[in-house]
Amino acid sequence: MELNVQSVLKWIEKLNDKIQNNKEYLTSLDQAIGDGDHGINMARGFQEVINKTTTSQYDTVSDLTKDVAMTLMSKVGGASGPLYGTAFLKLSMSVKGKDPVDHDAFTAGVQEALNGIQQRGKANEGEKTLVDVWAPVLRFLQENSEFEPGKLEETAKVAMESTKDIIAIRGRAAYLKERSKGHLDPGSVSSFYLFQSLAEVLQEGE
Amino acid sequence: MAYVGIVLISHSPKVAEGIKDIIRQVMKEVPVETAGGTDDHEIGTSVEKIQAAIERADGGKGVLLFYDLGSAMMNAEVAVELSESEDVKVAVDLPLLEGSYVGAVESGMGKSLDEVLAAVKKAFK
Ligand SMILES: Nc1ncnc2c1ncn2[C@@H]1O[C@H](COP(=O)(O)OP(=O)(O)O)[C@@H](O)[C@H]1O
Ligand SMILES: [Mg+2]
Repeated sequence: MELNVQSVLKWIEKLNDKIQNNKEYLTSLDQAIGDGDHGINMARGFQEVINKTTTSQYDTVSDLTKDVAMTLMSKVGGASGPLYGTAFLKLSMSVKGKDPVDHDAFTAGVQEALNGIQQRGKANEGEKTLVDVWAPVLRFLQENSEFEPGKLEETAKVAMESTKDIIAIRGRAAYLKERSKGHLDPGSVSSFYLFQSLAEVLQEGE
Repeated sequence: MAYVGIVLISHSPKVAEGIKDIIRQVMKEVPVETAGGTDDHEIGTSVEKIQAAIERADGGKGVLLFYDLGSAMMNAEVAVELSESEDVKVAVDLPLLEGSYVGAVESGMGKSLDEVLAAVKKAFK
């Protein structure tokens, strides 16, 4: 795999489309076990990201992802702002000077992003947060230096679906304890869209 | 005399303002600034609001941040990292109302940032 400014721009655009199209769905998931704003938060944040990236010029993936990070951190009111913002910031720092970003550089970047998410949210795997999607995706990337993009999407999808049976330990849903079981984690669904969009960009690039 | 500043971060602007009123009744000198709600005054928190409150509260002796729920803590930590200052700290896992009240009283005694934070921790651990 290889990512350059153009492909990362496409990735972000696809992700924004999915978020805007599923705004109500994400919000309904958050209504079940949170405060019902995940769709609104993500839709606002990524619309601002698109406004920013479509009116700017970027020479490197690092510069582009840094802008994504700063926009998300300042424009999203909920937990997803600092979490996704930190993820993109760490990815940006990790891929600095690595254009185009190859498989190893990207995998290292996802590792840093996940570390950042975990540092920020103090969450471990299995606590019903978006960590439950990022961690299996990272393992997939580490284990497969070459892969079919469809497999990446499948990994993220299975991981997202597995959050349904977990009892939440972190985030708003944790207040519900056992009652959080039986519902998908909203942040894991938006993270699935993120990796699904990436898989689509990789597919088209082949 | 400079005092350690107090920043109140809440998902609700009303909560932050209300707590400030309670503190103001007893502590008039200590800088107390609020960062309540999102940029559009909805329920949530905003890094930009927190950064602005830190600047207003900083009289040279540092600033201590109090927050209500989990995502407010994350945004507080982001604001601290962006401030690149050693003199801005978050009161982690401490109650917003009682914690900031104790913090303001301690600050009013002229204590340092670390002393204020230690006193708040001691009061609630
Ligand atoms: N401490 C945490 N660590 C990791 N992820 C978290 C944490 N808290 C919340 N999340 C993720 O954020 C999502 C909720 O985002 P959002 O609704 O935008 O924020 P909020 O919880 O502030 O309303 C959750 O579904 C979960 O995946
Ligand atoms: Mg929410």
